[in-house]
Amino acid sequence: MIVEAYERLPIALTVNGRSYDVTVEPRRLLSDVLREDCGLTGTHVGCEHGVCGACTVLIDGRPARSCLTYAVQMQGASITTIEHHGASGELSALQQALHERHGLQCGFCTPGIVMTMQAWLDENPEPTEEGVREALSGNICRCTGYQNIVDAVLVAAGRQADMRKAGK
Amino acid sequence: MKPARFSYAAPTSMSEALALLAESEDARVIAGGQSLAPMMNMRLAQPELLVDINRIDGLSGVGLDAGSLVIGAMTRHADLAGNALVKAHAPVLAYAAGTIGHYAIRQRGTIGGSLAHADPAAQLPLVCMLLDARIDATSSEGVRTIEAADLFETLFTTTLEPSEMITSICVPLLEPGHGWGFRLFNRRAGDFAEVSAAAIVFNREGEAAVRLALGAIASAPFRADDLLPEFDPQDAGWPTRAAAIVAEAAPIEDNARMPADYRREVLQALLEDVLRDAMRRA
Ligand SMILES: Cc1cc2nc3c(=O)[nH]c(=O)nc-3n(C[C@@H](O)[C@H](O)[C@H](O)COP(=O)(O)OP(=O)(O)OC[C@H]3O[C@@H](n4cnc5c(N)ncnc54)[C@H](O)[C@@H]3O)c2cc1C
Ligand code: FES
Ligand code: FES
Repeated sequence: MIVEAYERLPIALTVNGRSYDVTVEPRRLLSDVLREDCGLTGTHVGCEHGVCGACTVLIDGRPARSCLTYAVQMQGASITTIEHHGASGELSALQQALHERHGLQCGFCTPGIVMTMQAWLDENPEPTEEGVREALSGNICRCTGYQNIVDAVLVAAGRQADMRKAGK
Repeated sequence: MKPARFSYAAPTSMSEALALLAESEDARVIAGGQSLAPMMNMRLAQPELLVDINRIDGLSGVGLDAGSLVIGAMTRHADLAGNALVKAHAPVLAYAAGTIGHYAIRQRGTIGGSLAHADPAAQLPLVCMLLDARIDATSSEGVRTIEAADLFETLFTTTLEPSEMITSICVPLLEPGHGWGFRLFNRRAGDFAEVSAAAIVFNREGEAAVRLALGAIASAPFRADDLLPEFDPQDAGWPTRAAAIVAEAAPIEDNARMPADYRREVLQALLEDVLRDAMRRA
């Protein structure tokens, strides 16, 4: 089946476990649909060509640029945005560490960094500083100079390890 | 930056996808979208129809078949980098895949997309040339096998027909006695290479051979075995000498960011490391 260029297709988007009924033409970017149609404005938009990382969300559990994805592609997929992190009312270990270590100033890059680095930490639970820096290279921060973000990610990794040891 | 309007289809079978490619005047396959979507956002590409191949079963994964790795076109860079078979039988491919772009980009980008996109600075075209990989291109007419050396024509241009889709990549296994080296020079972690080089050294029971591929310095990656001086695995000074000779002879294009003279110096330094790495691992 072809969705024509001017056609608007009704789709059900699953975001943070909730279903959103949206109507999109094929060229609508997932980032725009999340912000404008779902009202989930935590996903930020910077460069719109995959470089800055501000729009990073999880697609089926893996980090992805929502500005390089069309919403029509996401029928049946499970999307996780930064709003998921606030859902419990408590900050995650990574968010808490970013807060304490001054890992953000304006905060524009922060949602993308949390989405990327949480997924990366889950895969790399005992990171080196070099590893953190490499993983962070896909997220541009215009304010902090990265040192504090790197510190925060390492602190969060340590706390997550402690929580694992404590069996939580 | 928003893409121009396009029509969209997400076929669930190969035959459907191939029919769409055969019928449409201006259809493009979309795999990971990590190169095509930026180009569409910048309106450098304005295809009429996108054929999304993400829903076709059986296009991703790695298997072993008759002395080769068989890699599905939709295998994502992160999965290629982490795959045990690839790490065991073509470690240079696994390593190179892990250096592509950034963490999130590697979760989406695919080997088929990278080869079809044919960026001269990309990792996978370079390594596939080095490994003498063969690429299966399928159309509604059937399957055609293309040697990696014959796939890349020039900047962003391959010998694929618009109606053809890359379906799998076949990589001969590296047997014991093979060592590899791969290095790239970029200005910032995750950026495309300004210069890249990869080598395989074979050294076993008195037999010795070396293969070399260079990327980012010309409009397509290329094999540079013929630029190397005679290989002597006993000679510890060989990598230094060979690096100087190849760097001197290699055709290097100028580019706005980096003059050819500078790239030549970088190439020489990279080559020395790459050849040393390969000899040490052999
Ligand atoms: C910020 C950023 C940094 C990057 N850095 C690097 C880097 O350092 N090195 C690097 O190599 N790449 C880099 N890339 C690009 C890389 O990530 C892509 O994975 C790759 O070039 C394209 O793969 P894809 O699956 O995303 O293909 P798509 O973007 O989906 O498609 C690319 C092209 O290939 C065609 N195509 C796709 N699949 C097939 C197929 N099976 N058969 C025929 N044609 C097909 C499409 O029609 C299109 O023309 C970067 C991308 C970004 C956004
Ligand atoms: S807005 Fe998507 S990567 Fe910059
Ligand atoms: S805190 Fe301002 S962009 Fe990162």
